[in-house]
Amino acid sequence: MLRYIKHNMSEIAGIEIFPIISLLIFVLFFIAVLWRMFKMTKAETETYSQIPLTEEDEHLDTKDTKE
Amino acid sequence: MEVIEVKYDNRIVKYFAYATIFWGIIGMIVGLTAALQLAFPNFFNDYLGYKYLSYGRIRPLHTNAVIFAFVGNGIFTGVYYSMQRLLKTRMWSDKLSYLNFWGWQLIIVSAVITLPMGFTSSKEYAELEWPIDIAIALMWVVFGWNMMATLLVRRVKHIYTAIWFYIATFVTVAVLHIFNSFEVPVHFMKSYSWYSGVQDALVQWWYGHNAVAFFLTTPYLGLMYYFVPKAANRPIYSYKLSIIHFWALIFIYIWAGPHHLLYSSLPDWAQSLGVVFSIMLIAPSWGGMLNGLLTLRGAWDKVRDSAVLKFFVVALTAYGMATFEGPMLSLKSINSLTHFTDWTIAHVHVAGLGWNGMLTFGMMYYLFPKLFKVKLYSQSLANAHFWIATLGIILWTIPMYWAGFSQGLMWQEFNADGTLTNPDFLTTVTALKPFYIMRTFGGLIYIIGALLMGYNLIKTAKSGTFANNEVVEVTSSLKTKHSDKGEYWHRVIERKPMRLLLFSVIVILIGGAVEIIPTMAVKSNIKKITQVKPYSPLELEGRDIYIREGCVGCHSQMVRPLRFETERYGEYSKAGEFVYDHPFLWGSKRTGPDLAREGGLRSDSWHYGHLISPKDWSPGSIMPAYPWIAEEKLNTSHLKKKIRVLQGLGVPYPEGYDEQALTDLNEQARGIAANIIKDLSKKESDIQVSDIANKEIIALISYLQRLGTDIKAVPAEIEDTEIETSLK
Repeated sequence: MLRYIKHNMSEIAGIEIFPIISLLIFVLFFIAVLWRMFKMTKAETETYSQIPLTEEDEHLDTKDTKE
Repeated sequence: MEVIEVKYDNRIVKYFAYATIFWGIIGMIVGLTAALQLAFPNFFNDYLGYKYLSYGRIRPLHTNAVIFAFVGNGIFTGVYYSMQRLLKTRMWSDKLSYLNFWGWQLIIVSAVITLPMGFTSSKEYAELEWPIDIAIALMWVVFGWNMMATLLVRRVKHIYTAIWFYIATFVTVAVLHIFNSFEVPVHFMKSYSWYSGVQDALVQWWYGHNAVAFFLTTPYLGLMYYFVPKAANRPIYSYKLSIIHFWALIFIYIWAGPHHLLYSSLPDWAQSLGVVFSIMLIAPSWGGMLNGLLTLRGAWDKVRDSAVLKFFVVALTAYGMATFEGPMLSLKSINSLTHFTDWTIAHVHVAGLGWNGMLTFGMMYYLFPKLFKVKLYSQSLANAHFWIATLGIILWTIPMYWAGFSQGLMWQEFNADGTLTNPDFLTTVTALKPFYIMRTFGGLIYIIGALLMGYNLIKTAKSGTFANNEVVEVTSSLKTKHSDKGEYWHRVIERKPMRLLLFSVIVILIGGAVEIIPTMAVKSNIKKITQVKPYSPLELEGRDIYIREGCVGCHSQMVRPLRFETERYGEYSKAGEFVYDHPFLWGSKRTGPDLAREGGLRSDSWHYGHLISPKDWSPGSIMPAYPWIAEEKLNTSHLKKKIRVLQGLGVPYPEGYDEQALTDLNEQARGIAANIIKDLSKKESDIQVSDIANKEIIALISYLQRLGTDIKAVPAEIEDTEIETSLK
């Protein structure tokens, strides 16, 4: 944008590579997560997503046990 | 399978829930006060002109109260409730739980005391001074320690997604808070930022943006992943989507901070990175929103009957709106119009009132009947609260969008002859007055809703029975044998909380490091502007008064390289101008005009009169009056230390200058006082130089008169010919 700033930034060796590295890291990471997601079985996801809903049926009487 | 009896700690949840409601209402009332001050400034100046109530001090109190007290306690309420149940275990340590509670409340109380007193670092959402910063770090570690230890003693194999969001919240907030709080103490309640100028701005907005991301968003998404399925009694729409949502969100969010500094003196490449990642953020944000809303697929009839679900639906919708708008605002062309206006304020309130507020309310209506084993006192009152709150959000935000849009356009408007249509900034402020009044009304309605909730929940609590411990029988699935063979790498991470924590840290550090390290490195390479000199001792003291009074809340010091800005304010701001600014004071809002080139524009006596009574010197002004700074003596007892601290930070005061500073200060002060007397003497001839030379106002005037003058003197040396091309 401004020559003044550009001039300063050009003094950092290899600054141009930063955005490319960051894009690469991001894409690779994202592919890995996608890979994981597609590898999940339906049984797995169903079990996991039921976790918050499976706690209710185990209640005992609520006691006010002062500790 | 082993069956074990577990006692969930409900008391800690109750404590945090009460604190959430209490501080929520307080924070909103403080916000209402600030809104009233903008709508009716004369009333406040004439009848409530106390320094502790001044807008510049009240505004940060509002933001801190709603973020850290209201939402903060809301996070703890939800986390302490859901973690125990998702992990089938009591929190690891009761001591840590209650230390977390009382410590956090103590921090809030110290903020309530110190911010109105003017103890502030001036960095947005990080205003609290260094001793409180340390306390925050400690309490955060207490919370995280308890959480991670609980994860290690859990009785389930898989860690549910909600908790991934809690873990990411913990590590990221810790990293952000620590890095942004590097400051060198001057005395018990004053410090200077370790960073200066551009670096300080980048670190601050890396923090500021991610405070929104990891304090107001990720923990609440965790709560959403728990409470929406619970309230709807059906599993989350897509568990696979939640995995993508989590990793993509935490990875992308951390990069987006520089979008708060578009067109500023921040390096262009950093601005571009911020914009690109902001646009990418739409995907995970909307993924999360849809995952929440689609959970209700086929169960929308439940929304009609459940106030809790109504609140959740509006919360998620507001989240969707805010996370679409955010990336749009980060586009440079849109940002040039909206930045510094009330549009930003409207944007954050869609998220604050809509997403955080409504989700908290829904969660409270869900929790109280569970905790007190009783039906909600009044379902119809809860429904009324829902409609009142929704109406409040609409009445709050629409006037502010309108105000922001109008003011932005007014700033940009040019006449056919190339001059500004509204050269007087004040005309663009007085035009907003009706909107400020309407906004106040919207806020008032929203608070009435919150008060109704408080009443409803207290009534619910009174009619029910509360047990400190909820006893349940759980089967520990960790004792069962399982084979690790053929497991996918990610499942191993999901089962190992410490690995999940480590991965989260790595993921968030990548973005931070790529942006911040080169910008730090600039410091050694930066070509200093030779004319830029350190502040004189009097200017330095004046700058600290500027910080104390929160002037940065309304006045930016950043002229963007846009024609309508340079036409109004003068030469655009350069990175090299801020190298001695610890902290930077670029600001993010222009309720008043930019001050980057204020120096020399007006006489000392104009400033003197204007600061004491703005409306007399600038009719129609909504600026608060500062009569006390004309009466209070300037405290110079820390001057030597200030000079030495700044020398330590690399500001080139000559060796031993701390001994000379006070003499220089007094001399400069007498000069300014004499200027003022000369102009005022026609009216008030009995005032002597010595009467006013030692007052705070003189220091502040000296600072205002210094602003931007370094490069005004010899502008040719830094003239930049590329300015035109950058405007295309």
